[in-house]
Amino acid sequence: MPTINNPMLKRRMEALRKGWYKFSKNPVSVVGLFFVLAVSFIAAFAPYIAPYPQHAGRFVNFADASQPPSWKHLCGTDVFGRDILSRIFFGFRYSLMMGVVVLSLVVPVGVVLGLIAGYYRGTWIDTVIMRITDVFLAVPPLILALAVCSVLTPSVFHAMMAVSLMWWPWYTRLVYGLASSLRNEFFVQAAEVAGASRSHILFREILPNCVSSIFTKMSLDMGWVILIGSALSFVGLGAQPPTPDLGTMVADGSKYLPDQWWIAIFPALAIMITVLGFNLIGDGFRDLFALEET
Amino acid sequence: MSILKFLGKRLVFSIFVLFGLSLLIFTISRVLPGDPVRMALGPRAPEWAVENMRAQMHLDKPLYAQYYYWLTEALHGDLGQSLFTRRPVVQDIKEFLPATLELALFAGVIMAFFGILLGAVAGRYSNTWIDNSVRIFSYVGVVTPSFVFAILFLLLFGYILRWFPTAGRLSPGIARPPVITGMVTLDSLLTGHFATLGNALWHMVLPAVSLALGGMAQEARITRSTISDNLRKDYIASAKGFGVPERLVTLKYLLKPSLIPTVSILGLDFASLLGNAFLVELIFNWPGFSRYGINAMLRKDLNAVAAVVMVLGVVFIIVNILVDLVVAWLDPRIRLGAERGK
Repeated sequence: MPTINNPMLKRRMEALRKGWYKFSKNPVSVVGLFFVLAVSFIAAFAPYIAPYPQHAGRFVNFADASQPPSWKHLCGTDVFGRDILSRIFFGFRYSLMMGVVVLSLVVPVGVVLGLIAGYYRGTWIDTVIMRITDVFLAVPPLILALAVCSVLTPSVFHAMMAVSLMWWPWYTRLVYGLASSLRNEFFVQAAEVAGASRSHILFREILPNCVSSIFTKMSLDMGWVILIGSALSFVGLGAQPPTPDLGTMVADGSKYLPDQWWIAIFPALAIMITVLGFNLIGDGFRDLFALEET
Repeated sequence: MSILKFLGKRLVFSIFVLFGLSLLIFTISRVLPGDPVRMALGPRAPEWAVENMRAQMHLDKPLYAQYYYWLTEALHGDLGQSLFTRRPVVQDIKEFLPATLELALFAGVIMAFFGILLGAVAGRYSNTWIDNSVRIFSYVGVVTPSFVFAILFLLLFGYILRWFPTAGRLSPGIARPPVITGMVTLDSLLTGHFATLGNALWHMVLPAVSLALGGMAQEARITRSTISDNLRKDYIASAKGFGVPERLVTLKYLLKPSLIPTVSILGLDFASLLGNAFLVELIFNWPGFSRYGINAMLRKDLNAVAAVVMVLGVVFIIVNILVDLVVAWLDPRIRLGAERGK
């Protein structure tokens, strides 16, 4: 049986354990982790734990319509008689999917462009990449995402594409700043002198030193992307009914506001809890990495 | 003068960014699957009418020629015709933009003022109950979408407590002041209709506050951390040691340099404020530019969508230049033309 005798790997495991220790000592990040794990768990097992799983889709029961919260329906029912709690459970799936898909598309693209532009700082490559980035950053991201969505047929998938198209410049800019100062460090110059390849320098020397910042930004961005996604659905350019998307549910509920407040308020609270979880974790990361740097 | 040079550089850069933005918007608006002219005229319009309109909008020419026409016309102040209202888009903008600018400016002032105030107080009294309450407020502010704030406020202050109106810019019985700027508050102030001014401000409170809270929380967080860092710096201790009055130390030596990071992100916060205005205007039935924009987007009204995004790009760029000027005023390293940072 092979044992871990790679000293590099051992050291990383050690660092990971130390990081987790510090992270777990911060009550704020533990609360965040708890929220995120709870929401992920509910999303993953929604069909098994939702009280009325069939209410997630096209389901109508006017006999039970617009019921206020009760023991039978903890968050009440909407105008079609669907259980709102069950729909929130399924709604977590769309919110998390939005965040995960957008970030997994955006982070690699943004980071690679930022690394290249930062490493070739001052050349035409830098100019081209960073000026294009500036153009994308020149308009509020929500508005550009709305504009892109407006030319496509509204759907969850298109909303994800639109947000992704708007989001990569933030990573390019972040990594550009880091990479353009790291490239003057001795370890990078040493690697250059030793004849290391470009890709080795970019991905093995510079990138590992950007990981903590990228990681922190990612966990904060999970929250932001979910917010933007819910905003797109809210105006009707994202998920379409009967999809149980939290933003769509708030939009539908806001039509029945003064009297049937529960239709809009509970999905809104669900969005807040999800975003809060990721934000608290992000802050935890930030404190963690700031401590290590000093 | 280095500040003029700085400003000139920013302007050249802005023109470049706007050019790039126009290219981006044009591309987005022209890759639309389907035929916008056919959609505007309806399925029963005769083929020759469709052809005519297409020729009139240069849609029959290759893409680069379309872009050329679109850009030259835009530079002459003609952003084309709305496919839906059939009016020149510029006319629509003139009608709807002031309402949104008014709301956004009002919200921006609330955001900056209270954000800095809360952050400064929390930083000054860090690790006390004040600091902790500001921290909790910041978390709530950052994680709550502005449309959720809007709905909560509408419900609580509009419908339940009835302290504020729930929709529109003015109460039904009140006449609009003569149009000078299009901003109701400013117009009524200029023409001396103070009752109208009060009514307009009263209508603006809920939408403006729901827009401002998110950015306010961000500003408060950043101001708090810079203030509490700077408070421990040696120069503050030495200023106090020299017997500089407490108030002067706080305002001039502590607050002024601590505002640099806060002001730098004001531009970004204002951008998300403009974006969120799209949603908040829908909720409060605010007859503004953002509501116009959303409707244009839902109806796939190409020219209007392109114009809305371009105009917001211009507004955003102007705000950012203003922000840069304030930062330059706060930061002598920039003002005196010294090398920035390292």
